[in-house]
Amino acid sequence: MTGTGKLVRLILRRDRVVLPLWVVLLGLVPAGYVASFEGLFPTAAERVAYAQVSASNAGFVTLYGPLHGSSLGELVAWRAGFLPVLVALCALLTVIRHTRADEEAGRTELIGAAAIGRPAPLAAALITTCAASLLLGAVLTAAMLGQGMPGAGSVAFGAEMALTGCSFAGVGAITAQLTSSARSARSIALVVLGVAFVLRVGGDVSALGDGSLSWLSWLSPLGWVQHLFPYGENDWWPAVLAVLFTIGTAGLAAVLLTRRDFGAGLLPARLGPSSAAAGLRSPFALAWRLHRGLLLGWTIGFALLGLIFGGVGGSVLDIAADNPDLGDIFARLGGSSALVDSYFAGTAGIVGLIAACYAVQATLRLRDEEQSGHAEAVLTTAVSRYTWAGTHLLFSLLGPVVVLAAEGLATGLAYPQGDLGAILAGTLVQLPAVWVLAALAVLAFGLIPRLSAVAWAGPALCLLILLVGQTLQLDQWFLDLSPFTHVPHLPGGDASVTPLVTLTLIAALLTAAGIAGLRRRNLPD
Amino acid sequence: MTEAIDATGLVKRFGPVAALDGLELHVATGEVHGFLGPNGAGKTTTIRILLGLMRHNGGSVSLLGGNPWTEATALHRRLAYVPGDVTLWPTLTGGEVIDLLGRLRGGLDLRRKADLLERFQLDPRKKGRTYSKGNRQKVALIAALSSDVELLILDEPTSGLDPLMEEVFREVVLEEKRRGDRTVLLSSHILAEVEALCDRLTIIRDGRTVETGTLSDMRHLTRTTIQAELAGPPDGLATLTGVHAFQLDHDRVRFDVDTEALEPALQKLVQVGVRSLVSQPPSLEELFLRQYQADR
Ligand SMILES: Nc1ncnc2c1ncn2[C@@H]1O[C@H](COP(=O)(O)OP(=O)(O)OP(=O)(O)O)[C@@H](O)[C@H]1O
Ligand SMILES: [Mg+2]
Repeated sequence: MTGTGKLVRLILRRDRVVLPLWVVLLGLVPAGYVASFEGLFPTAAERVAYAQVSASNAGFVTLYGPLHGSSLGELVAWRAGFLPVLVALCALLTVIRHTRADEEAGRTELIGAAAIGRPAPLAAALITTCAASLLLGAVLTAAMLGQGMPGAGSVAFGAEMALTGCSFAGVGAITAQLTSSARSARSIALVVLGVAFVLRVGGDVSALGDGSLSWLSWLSPLGWVQHLFPYGENDWWPAVLAVLFTIGTAGLAAVLLTRRDFGAGLLPARLGPSSAAAGLRSPFALAWRLHRGLLLGWTIGFALLGLIFGGVGGSVLDIAADNPDLGDIFARLGGSSALVDSYFAGTAGIVGLIAACYAVQATLRLRDEEQSGHAEAVLTTAVSRYTWAGTHLLFSLLGPVVVLAAEGLATGLAYPQGDLGAILAGTLVQLPAVWVLAALAVLAFGLIPRLSAVAWAGPALCLLILLVGQTLQLDQWFLDLSPFTHVPHLPGGDASVTPLVTLTLIAALLTAAGIAGLRRRNLPD
Repeated sequence: MTEAIDATGLVKRFGPVAALDGLELHVATGEVHGFLGPNGAGKTTTIRILLGLMRHNGGSVSLLGGNPWTEATALHRRLAYVPGDVTLWPTLTGGEVIDLLGRLRGGLDLRRKADLLERFQLDPRKKGRTYSKGNRQKVALIAALSSDVELLILDEPTSGLDPLMEEVFREVVLEEKRRGDRTVLLSSHILAEVEALCDRLTIIRDGRTVETGTLSDMRHLTRTTIQAELAGPPDGLATLTGVHAFQLDHDRVRFDVDTEALEPALQKLVQVGVRSLVSQPPSLEELFLRQYQADR
């Protein structure tokens, strides 16, 4: 453990911008909800009505988790229910960045020669990330208290986020030990997060119906923290599970660390073919080799998501049928079919945004290839920059078609009473918006390669607009910044073609500008 | 004779820093040309310009008679490149990378590949991420050497090889040289390698060419160290032009002398009378150290 303190300082220095950004930003979001909920539902009666509709809306429960009460605090804490996923994401990425990514790049070796113990980098990454999560919780608690919310609930609310961060820091620490590449470590950790989310959704949605599968939530760290029910039950015993989970995962990671060689993973490296298959002879064949794992992983993930969303679609109707009072409300909202339509249109928007994350990731693969020196090897053969970039962009532009189609089809299959064509169309109309975000990544890669990562600001901004835009009643121009704002809401809405064509044209222009920049610049830069 | 590489007054700026500042590099077709210079001198930058990866800000450059920036793709069919820092795709095996790069260049000689795998003792079945630095370098070397190309551009290709493999590398390059139709540009810090392989060499420093020519041309420019035991006092020797670091201890002298001043200095010694004489030719190391260190 020698040198852990020094490494903690090093991490804080290297992350001096990113770390405070997510700690403060995610910590402050819920406080913004307080005022807007007060504005939207000033009386207790209105809040009760809203809570009644929301608590049994499968789409809402999917996104935000279960809702038990109708007090202002409970509504706010519930509406912030997607936040734990983001906190978990930040935590696991931070831990992997300072453990496996450093080790892979050889930086750990560099400092390892100094007087620093073998477990020190892991310990430092875990300590920093858990401290950041606790700080995030503290910021959240303070902000809620500042809004005049009750003390115990605010503390429980802060603890919910802090414990999520700690739990997934532990998950990241374990996956960082498994493989020798940071990319695979990240992928495995994301799969774990995805499974945790799916289990949480499965359990919570089942609890809306007969509850036979509600125990699924208790298999997921995301489920535990949401069962704290801040401002309502303020139940503390799920927090114990999260603390134990954090200690257990961190301990397991430490044990795995001692079991493996420096630089290696636990999963053994196998021998492969001694010569290339006949097909591996073109830049496209190479791009396919590099992208196929990612594409397959996302396609499976999207199909699972589709099965959940489709499966839940049934209970949207069941709830309306079971509850005459709610049935009234739904009838006023446009009848049960409109309700199901708007549910699917809503999930399509979420799915589109996730597909955009895949598109940005696939596009930034170009930057990875550049930085690792692989691009140099390809570009000094008879392959032009256009061809090289084009073969990768095929995946960032057509890959989303595949994953969105998989999601749409799975949704349709899991909801047989629906119109498969309409559901699929609702998913696929997201494509032009996805392309705009992918094209922004191409633009960044072509013109400001060293800052390519700003391409993630696109999906981040769209997510922010999706999460808070409606609730905070922000100005329309701000909502318009997200290409997803302009996508027709299908099924159910107007299928107008103009925005789709416009978005596609914008995407084409941005892509062309990025490629033109790439043609002109130094590579590597 | 045509020039395979012809760079005149090459300038490359990274922001305010001029990495290349009027660099000259002329490589004749069929020769093995050494490319030397201290760390950060601009060797890799020059090579990247030659490969059309970077665009120069001034001067002119032609590669195999073409423009390396605008005709990059066509020219790359005719050359192979081994970067100084070889990285391989983690999930592709060494054998796959060799085949793939060869095919992307337009074909590779499978017999040559098998021969080189054998001589470099490389296991082509390992995944990219499990190779050591030296073995990664071997993968790139085998891919380049088994491609049927006119020009090989090698950027410090042996920096990770052990002495045995370094010997294999020299043999292989000498074989290429004997074929007579291949040009090799070899950037290196290993002087013995340069001495063994190169017909001519170019030394650069701070982005400028400081010396170019054959090794014997360059030896000519350096000083011989003379130690002698004399019969009498060597009057006037110390002040002779071309004599440096003169030391006199009773009847023993020791001095360095420029090649041009060797004859008058020896005549002087003979006049005085020589009892014993040791002459040390300029070592390669000295030659380079003098060129590498600024203002000496
Ligand atoms: N992309 C870049 N951006 C800014 N400066 C650069 C870049 N690439 C190279 N340089 C600078 O240009 C100069 C020449 O670097 P170069 O890599 O060509 O040296 P080199 O002769 O190959 O050195 P070495 O022997 O260490 O390999 C260095 O001062 C380096 O810092
Ligand atoms: Mg170099």
